[in-house]
Amino acid sequence: MSGTAQDLLAARSLTKRFGGLVALEGLDLEARRNEVLGLIGPNGSGKTTFFNVVTGIYAADGGEVTFGRDTITNLSAQAVYHAGIARTFQRSRLMLELSIFDNIMVGNHRRLNQGLWFNLARRGAFRQEFEDSFEQARKLVKVFDPPLADRMFEPIGGFPMIDRRRIEICRALISHPQLLLLDEPSAGMTHEETTQLMDDILEVRNTFEDLTIIIIEHEMGVIERITNRCVVLNFGRKICEGTYQEVAADPLVQEAYLGIE
Amino acid sequence: MNRGNASLANLLPGALGIAAATAFLILFLSVESQAGIAALLLGGAAVVVATARFGGIARMRRSFAGDEGAMNLVVVAAALVLTGFFYEDHFTLLLVATVMIYMVAALGLTVQFGYAGVLNFAGAAFFGIGCYTAAVLTKNTALPHVLVLLAGGVMAALIGTLLLLPVLRTRGHYSAVVTIAFTLLFKTFLEVNDTLGGPQGLRVDGMNLFGWRFNDNIEIGETLEISFFANYVIGSLILLAIAFAFVRRLERSWTGLNLDAVRLDETAAACFGYNISRWKITAFTIGNFLAGLAGAIYAMMLGFIAPTNFTFGDSLILVSIVLLGGIGNPWGIAVATTIVIVLPEKLQIIQEYRFLLYASMVILILLFRPLGLLPRPLRSYVPGWQPK
Ligand SMILES: Nc1ncnc2c1ncn2[C@@H]1O[C@H](COP(=O)(O)OP(=O)(O)OP(=O)(O)O)[C@@H](O)[C@H]1O
Ligand SMILES: [Mg+2]
Repeated sequence: MSGTAQDLLAARSLTKRFGGLVALEGLDLEARRNEVLGLIGPNGSGKTTFFNVVTGIYAADGGEVTFGRDTITNLSAQAVYHAGIARTFQRSRLMLELSIFDNIMVGNHRRLNQGLWFNLARRGAFRQEFEDSFEQARKLVKVFDPPLADRMFEPIGGFPMIDRRRIEICRALISHPQLLLLDEPSAGMTHEETTQLMDDILEVRNTFEDLTIIIIEHEMGVIERITNRCVVLNFGRKICEGTYQEVAADPLVQEAYLGIE
Repeated sequence: MNRGNASLANLLPGALGIAAATAFLILFLSVESQAGIAALLLGGAAVVVATARFGGIARMRRSFAGDEGAMNLVVVAAALVLTGFFYEDHFTLLLVATVMIYMVAALGLTVQFGYAGVLNFAGAAFFGIGCYTAAVLTKNTALPHVLVLLAGGVMAALIGTLLLLPVLRTRGHYSAVVTIAFTLLFKTFLEVNDTLGGPQGLRVDGMNLFGWRFNDNIEIGETLEISFFANYVIGSLILLAIAFAFVRRLERSWTGLNLDAVRLDETAAACFGYNISRWKITAFTIGNFLAGLAGAIYAMMLGFIAPTNFTFGDSLILVSIVLLGGIGNPWGIAVATTIVIVLPEKLQIIQEYRFLLYASMVILILLFRPLGLLPRPLRSYVPGWQPK
């Protein structure tokens, strides 16, 4: 079960405690390059905590995480992003009073020139970078929803949930990360909207050459449709792993989900 | 040709608004009787409300958005007309220059609080550092006064770094407490420090920019003598224009976006690679620099400074300007500073209760108009730019 060259992300015996509560308990998990990995499990099983530990929001209490050839255990959130991991949040965390464009540019931080002198004094060069970034952002948004691409300078707070989710994914994708972490992108959306968003995600995937996705999702239809493999968590531990058909047939998984699905 | 006409027509509401505001201000500054002033205030407020009601304010905003360069010129021209009108009136010109200087300091606070979300209740202290720097430098050195101005800003920014650790380390209101403590300490430090004049304060030389002596009245021909405060009005106006343009550019850049992102959601920003401290330090330092710069010219204009000019109450004035104006909107700062500084000078009943007035104003604003008088518009990186 040790990590191989195919693995982009690998967690080894990853442990996270909140006081007496063990949210992750010796978790081994790997995501292979260019796959879509589903991360499933009942409420409170540690899925979001896994994302938070990988992205440096929480420090792990034990174990390690490797990304490509680098160890990224307990790096800061800032460093994890620069290494090439971007995410969305279960409870959408957009900056509601900023425009769509501004929100997407927040995700583009590492590719924009952040020098003060450049920003204040070299306005010609800045304008060029601004126009290039605008074109890239618009192209990306168009993949999700063409009409949205014409409303780039409206505050995101005025849009419905599905558009917010789309923009949050664009914010994560604009910097071309190698690994995208999606935390319940369908939360708060109707069945039709979810289907639509998943189509979008599949389409985006095809336009990126080197992109691995880990998706947390409760809707099993979604998981079946878009993942190559799944990992099932329960009480912070991995109880099963395999294709959707394999894990769905597993008695442990059925037991964990009893009364939920 | 057609386009030219269209843009002229678009400028009209803004230009008319500025002209009306200027006329009103001239009238307001000229009237002495308290009843007259009260009547003007009521009338003015009614006109503003009515104009807003019929979409006039929105149309003016469109003028400003449509051709910024032209509108900026209109505003500068209005300021000059006002100055010309009161050309021999020391008191009024001093008031006008004071308003402009406070605008510079309030712009600094806008960068800190309005953009990066760093609460600073030590605005008056950083302003005071600029004042004392100017006093010490003009008295003891022959440093050219442009450099004295800059030194005022640099000194405020440097001393501000003392507060960086507590301001950065914690989130939320802790920085308010730390800066309040700093304001109180600063005043006490001045009072017990004899080399800085103690409670009596210090004399400051008048400004002299490249031979332009600010403290001489301007004589034109035999008969016309213009108050020397006109020099300070012009000087402050130049400083204000530079500060205004600077803050505008800052807002319209990735840096401006970064400050907003840090204010709105530190965790999300960190997940997209933001070095939160870097941007808070940037905002805090720029803001203190502007406050110090403003302080330096203020000290040279007054010619005399004392610790009582830099109390916690004065810091509160700056904060209330930022809140009242429209958090993050430089034009809002201009309007709010004018109201907050001019009103108590003219309406004597207010004088004694000014702090009570500021406090209740801030509470009312937070309750009923949390975005301020002139809410900040969405960022446009390149003015006039359209997609495609
Ligand atoms: N910051 C925190 N402090 C204390 N306990 C926490 C914290 N974050 C998560 N937990 C706890 O850790 C456990 C795992 O939570 P987590 O959010 O990872 O679950 P999840 O699998 O994402 O659940 P859901 O499907 O409901 O989103 C839960 O019992 C939760 O209450
Ligand atoms: Mg979760």
